[in-house]
Amino acid sequence: MSATAFLLVTSLLKILGIVFVVILPMVSYSVYAERRVSALIQDRLGPNRVGPAGLFQPIADAMKFILKEDFTPAHVNKFYYWLAPCLAMVPAIMTIAVVPFGSTLFGVPMVIADINVGVLYVFAIASLGVYGIVIAGWSSNSKYPFLGGVRASSQMISYELSLGLAVIPIFLLVGQLRLTSIVRYQIENGWMIAPFLGDPTNVWKWLLTIPMFISFVVFTIAIFAETNRLPFDLPEAEQELAGGYHTEYSSMKFALFFLGEYAAMITGSAIIVTLFFGAWHLPLPWWDHPHGFHWLLIDGSLGGWRGILGGLFNIFVFFAKVAALLLIFIWVRWTLPRFRYDQLMRLGWVFFFEIALVNIFIAALIVAYMPK
Amino acid sequence: MAITVRRPNLSWSERAYLPAILSGMAITLRHLKNMLAGRTKVTMQYPEQKWDSYLPEHYRGAPALVKDERDRVRCVACQLCEFICPPRAIKIVPGEIPLGERFAKVEKYPEEFDIDMIRCIYCGMCEEVCPEQAIFLRKDYAITGLTRADMVHNKEKLIEIGGVMHGLVLKWNEQK
Repeated sequence: MSATAFLLVTSLLKILGIVFVVILPMVSYSVYAERRVSALIQDRLGPNRVGPAGLFQPIADAMKFILKEDFTPAHVNKFYYWLAPCLAMVPAIMTIAVVPFGSTLFGVPMVIADINVGVLYVFAIASLGVYGIVIAGWSSNSKYPFLGGVRASSQMISYELSLGLAVIPIFLLVGQLRLTSIVRYQIENGWMIAPFLGDPTNVWKWLLTIPMFISFVVFTIAIFAETNRLPFDLPEAEQELAGGYHTEYSSMKFALFFLGEYAAMITGSAIIVTLFFGAWHLPLPWWDHPHGFHWLLIDGSLGGWRGILGGLFNIFVFFAKVAALLLIFIWVRWTLPRFRYDQLMRLGWVFFFEIALVNIFIAALIVAYMPK
Repeated sequence: MAITVRRPNLSWSERAYLPAILSGMAITLRHLKNMLAGRTKVTMQYPEQKWDSYLPEHYRGAPALVKDERDRVRCVACQLCEFICPPRAIKIVPGEIPLGERFAKVEKYPEEFDIDMIRCIYCGMCEEVCPEQAIFLRKDYAITGLTRADMVHNKEKLIEIGGVMHGLVLKWNEQK
């Protein structure tokens, strides 16, 4: 098999595997998790009837959505009305293409497209997601969706800035945009959220932890805003806007918005995990008698079945980290009330923008004086 | 007169959002942990668990016709319940007890006795007004049906729900 054909086949397998085996089931089960966790937080039980502990609930929901009447109101702009749900779902899934979700498996790197603009691609595609919402709001041709769409676009502008600025300290440190290089750097020098892990005796690394942590907080909050999750869910705001941008949608078109939000959450978490939590990297403590205690790096580069197991372990670690972050997303949603609109704008423009900007200078100073 | 609501003076940590957010998240996490540990009392799981054994004596469920110890329907078709019923759910067709039977020429009896359970408001007026203590509100509350006709309880159904009532106060005995 020629190299090109091999690349094509493996890429196709990776796309099919990651989208249909991992992401889509993860989307439906994060909806289930959302419902169960929110119920437990509010002292309820949540869906527990379909299957053991309600585990088949997503399947029942899917059946319901497919069987519902797909109603198109007469007053909408048909073309954009149909386009919007696709635009909500597609960017969320496309973003996952550059995320390294594992080391290697059978010698094939576990990333669909290892491109050198990495994070720029993520930002470019992820911000397309807002078009789904804006177009839905505009084409629905009624008040509440329109307000939702307007809110989504202004919210996106105010948070995209701090989202982009928050990750610059990482690139100052790594010197590359390629996500696999960032992961490699984190394996060698400690995770970005805690750079001191790489070398606890180095004072500079401890100092570097401060801007990195600020970066992490600003980036995570910006991702919350980017995915329209509470406390920043102003575009849909059930109580004020009666569902906001998806008020006029029903059946599977509504489901696409709904699932698109969760897919965006998953990609957002995947980006956070890749940038700050060492992606698929999880060293295991190991005690080897003559050499003493050391951390064991597991990846797919080992020979034989160990390599395969290692590769699978890395993929598992990556998605376990993503799932943990998703739980935090859910936990935050059912804790915090929604921001008022002026508060949101103030937070975006007056606080996060400045904090991210100052943070870049702090990180730059540390990186400049840090001995190599 | 306009009342000026004073803004609370927030401390530094309260104004910084994050500590308050974290304490809020600690509260929700505590609720989650209590639920997982089974320490929180939750709603009754309805079809499996029911209130039936906890229902109080005065519970007002579906109205029904009762029989006495001698297996006789007590209703004499006086139609007082039909007249008192606020939503007019009750319809009675009174009739003469056929000659040859033991109580012929003594009392009337209901040929038909329908209660429309869609209309019934479970007020208990029928039970209160009944001079013969023939109609009682029992503890049945899950009244279902697929059609409107299903929801009308006829005489047989009412007697079935009512069952036998023992130890009735026979209030006319003193007058006999």
